[in-house]
Amino acid sequence: MSSAIIKPNGIGAAAPRKEDYRFITGNGHYTDDINRPGQAYASFVRSPHAHATIDAIDFTDALAAPGVLAVLTGKDVAADGLGGLICGWLVHSKDGSPMKTGAHPILALSHVRYVGDHVAVVIAETAAQAKDAAELVNVSYGELPSVTAVAEARNPAAPQVHPEAPRNTCFEWELGDKAATEAAFKTAARIISLDIANNRLIPNAMEPRAAIGEYDKGTGIYTLHTTSQNPHVARLVLSAFVGVAPENKLRVIAPDVGGGFGSKIFIYSEETVCVWASKKAGRPVKWVADRSESFVSDAHGRDHQTHAELALDANGKMLALRVKTIANLGAYLQLFSASVPTYLYATLLSGQYDLPAIYCEVDGVLTHTAPVDAYRGAGRPEATYVVERLVETAAREIGMDPAEFRRRNFIRKFPHQTPVIMAYDVGDYEASLNEACRLIDYANFPVRKREAEARGMRRGIGFSAYIEACGIAPSAAVGSLGAGVGLWESAEVRVNPTGSVEVLTGAHSHGQGHETTFAQLVSDRLGIPIENVEIVHGDTDKVQFGMGTYGSRSGAVGMSAIQLALDKIITKARKIAAHVLEAGEGDIVFEDGRFTVAGTDRGMAFAELALQAYMGHKFPTSEIEPGLKETSFYDPTNFTFPAGCHIAEVEIDPGTGTVRVVKFVAVDDFGNIINPMIVEGQVHGGVAQGIGQALLENAVYDPQTGQLLSGSFMDYCMPRADDLPSFDVGVTVTPAPSNPLGVKGCGEAGAIGSPPAIINAITDALGIRDIAMPVTPERAWRAANGL
Amino acid sequence: MYQFEYHRPKSLDEVTALLARCENPKILAGGMTLLATMKQRLAAPSDLIDLQDIAGMTGISVDAKNVAIGAMTPHHDVATSRDVAGAIPALAFLAGRIGDPLVRHRGTIGGSIANNDPSADYPSACLALGATIVTNVREIAADDYFRGMFETALKENEIITRIIFPIPQRAAYQKFPNPASRYAMVGVFVVKGANGVRVAVTGAGPGVFRMTAMEAALAKNFTSAALEGIAAPAEEMLQDMHASSEYRAALIGVMAKRAVAAMLA
Ligand SMILES: Cc1cc2nc3c(=O)[nH]c(=O)nc-3n(C[C@H](O)[C@H](O)[C@H](O)COP(=O)(O)OP(=O)(O)OC[C@H]3O[C@@H](n4cnc5c(N)ncnc54)[C@H](O)[C@@H]3O)c2cc1C
Repeated sequence: MSSAIIKPNGIGAAAPRKEDYRFITGNGHYTDDINRPGQAYASFVRSPHAHATIDAIDFTDALAAPGVLAVLTGKDVAADGLGGLICGWLVHSKDGSPMKTGAHPILALSHVRYVGDHVAVVIAETAAQAKDAAELVNVSYGELPSVTAVAEARNPAAPQVHPEAPRNTCFEWELGDKAATEAAFKTAARIISLDIANNRLIPNAMEPRAAIGEYDKGTGIYTLHTTSQNPHVARLVLSAFVGVAPENKLRVIAPDVGGGFGSKIFIYSEETVCVWASKKAGRPVKWVADRSESFVSDAHGRDHQTHAELALDANGKMLALRVKTIANLGAYLQLFSASVPTYLYATLLSGQYDLPAIYCEVDGVLTHTAPVDAYRGAGRPEATYVVERLVETAAREIGMDPAEFRRRNFIRKFPHQTPVIMAYDVGDYEASLNEACRLIDYANFPVRKREAEARGMRRGIGFSAYIEACGIAPSAAVGSLGAGVGLWESAEVRVNPTGSVEVLTGAHSHGQGHETTFAQLVSDRLGIPIENVEIVHGDTDKVQFGMGTYGSRSGAVGMSAIQLALDKIITKARKIAAHVLEAGEGDIVFEDGRFTVAGTDRGMAFAELALQAYMGHKFPTSEIEPGLKETSFYDPTNFTFPAGCHIAEVEIDPGTGTVRVVKFVAVDDFGNIINPMIVEGQVHGGVAQGIGQALLENAVYDPQTGQLLSGSFMDYCMPRADDLPSFDVGVTVTPAPSNPLGVKGCGEAGAIGSPPAIINAITDALGIRDIAMPVTPERAWRAANGL
Repeated sequence: MYQFEYHRPKSLDEVTALLARCENPKILAGGMTLLATMKQRLAAPSDLIDLQDIAGMTGISVDAKNVAIGAMTPHHDVATSRDVAGAIPALAFLAGRIGDPLVRHRGTIGGSIANNDPSADYPSACLALGATIVTNVREIAADDYFRGMFETALKENEIITRIIFPIPQRAAYQKFPNPASRYAMVGVFVVKGANGVRVAVTGAGPGVFRMTAMEAALAKNFTSAALEGIAAPAEEMLQDMHASSEYRAALIGVMAKRAVAAMLA
């Protein structure tokens, strides 16, 4: 496919994004742009304490305040028999016992467990009235001591988050062969170990979460507009587990969504309450998070403490890896909380390396902080950080060039079964490493370093040869690991009588550009202009079912489903063409949007055929049904394994500790590429987030009070354009064999690969072994000056 | 945000009358600080009195001795003024490093000085240059005006109308921004003028302050080397999640040396 001629707006073309016109001109339809007749507004009363009992809630004054329609608490939720929020992935501990945690109520009943926890909701005529009245709800709290850091949470004397989870331990999980790993360590010539922290992050999508719940008294149907990455999953959870409404009486619409990064996968209290309260209040109920609410209540990401050891033989060949991680899960498990630090993490610890033995233990720990769940990369950035920090450190300590050390240990034969579940199907790690070295001019780095030194700057270079798993995922495989759902995707291709096409997909675009890339596939396959293709997504009434967008799955899984549906369309169209053109089916050639009889000039355009399909005049409708619409549910046969090499160069001002990323090269193997411009954009965004994690972003809770100290952009430092260099992006290609398009996925690689490259460059510049993320100016200044 | 009344008077007299009449009024300049505080429900004024229509409060005038800037002049105007760049380039440089373009187009010098955020940039220029803060009732020397964190010599309902900066021989400002807020984590304004050498520091302490030890050393020997070994008292510096007091104290030294070096370049 990569060698084929690229059609205008076809596969491989840098087609401009179809959706950008409406976004850039302010004509998008985000949830807050939608207003329903008679709409009222919700404001949540949130816990100001990290841990407390709720002794009493007095809302007399709030109820009497202007415009207030209702004040609802956890008691009302319980009285209506609603269930709590769920974790959709069950993890077991080493001893075979299932993970332990307490219930996750929609509105807190007896206790609050983190600052921002939901205590009550006020519904009023206007948003301002709802907020004013929420301040009048008088909650009597019995303050309790809290614990926010994993290091203290397992102390027997530490405050308990849930009585169901003694010592705040949700699970003590393991993966890999412990005995083989121990044995390999015994034979090692060198053991390199590191203690590594993966800092806690707050997603900060540009559009905050929002919801409108609505109840139709006539039909008994609820409609929820919400900022979701997976509206069907939201409907499933809200109906089957929370029990707000039966699935057939609940329509979920996720309109334009302004970024998710994982945080909009999950089903939260707020949208649940909007649906439920719309019937109670007899009015549509809207809620839009303000930025301060987003900080405290969106699911956070990362937050690992890890001890890792790598065993080497005398020739610098890797023998085994041993990892012990403590993962902060927050106060409640969110939808995928249990899977992120386990199956999405430890399964990638082999990196790009031929590692005969790996053993990993992960303890999932509950604390009085916001729930922690998937955030761009979800487990794979944490794994990559462990592996690539350790590998770079090992190379330095045995005195080998870090590129050479990696080459010596790369996996070179495929398929390759790692010791941690994953079977890598294809890759060429040396190709991306070499290309990255070429782009950054690795050979001349010493010259640049000397030149920087002459200016009083300390310059360093750092590698990261990452691998990740995308295209999640084969349903049976994830089912055997504890997932509560299958991870296939669906597509429906509807050809209209005029030959234009609607594609209904279960994937959801919230910045990825599906409306363009999916349309490119259709345009390429059917030979019709891209303008004639409409991508429909995000509405459970339109799209039959879908698992949504996360884990860089929409290309490999979502587009593959479209590809299969297109196959069916073409197969049927060919049959119809044979009748219309009065030829044998085997003689019909479909090329560039035309059906022709081979070796003749008889033919018809795709649009003419579409019309014939709907007229049904010229083919036997007893054999071939009229119409042209096909559906496919595609389940992948394997994960895909994007991999690549990032190299960073930094300069550090030892006087102030300022770290500047002066060069950044990313060479990625994403398999076949549908739209190189969109792919490059995804890499830029991902790398920006990775540099954000390495240098700027940090979610900090006060250890005494459990208050979120980094609760606004004044203190939580998001990367800005002037924090970043101009990226140098390259590609290498090994098509993925596990899906019909040969694509792998590109949405998260930037955030996965970049943090260790930055930290490796900083430790190189300063000649130190380790430094904690984010490398604030003060941290770099202390390290540079030996303080 | 709570409910409030909005007023847009045309004269200072009207402003004073409104201030006297309203229950809990607040003056509104660029709103960059005040509106954010109100949105977070940390301030609940009954009335906002917007100064933007008041004649004579916006604009820059420069004569042989002074640069006078109207209180309602936005940072952008100061940053891009040729007159300011000619007379006190360090002042234009400082204004151009406040916040982002949006903030620089809305935020005003009067609002900044009235608010006296310990991390704001302008207070260091006022103190180092020996500015005069002119209000609707009096003139206050910068030395008497800044009283620590968010505290000033302004009386209730007193309105800043202008700030007058004497033109020095030379001046330089060096700012080390907080990576998140981009306010000054440490900002050092160094001036050499008729009144000798003045060094004012913002961001590091609970309010803008002068480094008199540095001033004395520079008066004797105006080189960065003269500042070697002169440290700010770490125990008096601010400490937060971004920077320890020790680090802030060290940054004062680095920024001061760089400012002096820039003045000698
Ligand atoms: C994102 C962001 C980044 C920023 N970064 C920086 C930075 O890097 N450096 C920096 O120095 N500042 C920074 N600021 C602050 C900004 O520069 C404004 O100067 C500051 O917010 C106050 O000016 P204002 O005109 O907006 O005043 P307002 O917000 O309108 O008023 C502030 C206070 O001053 C009072 N007031 C206003 N004018 C007068 C007057 N003439 N007389 C008496 N009282 C008055 C008001 O009543 C109010 O109490 C930043 C602000 C934001 C929002």
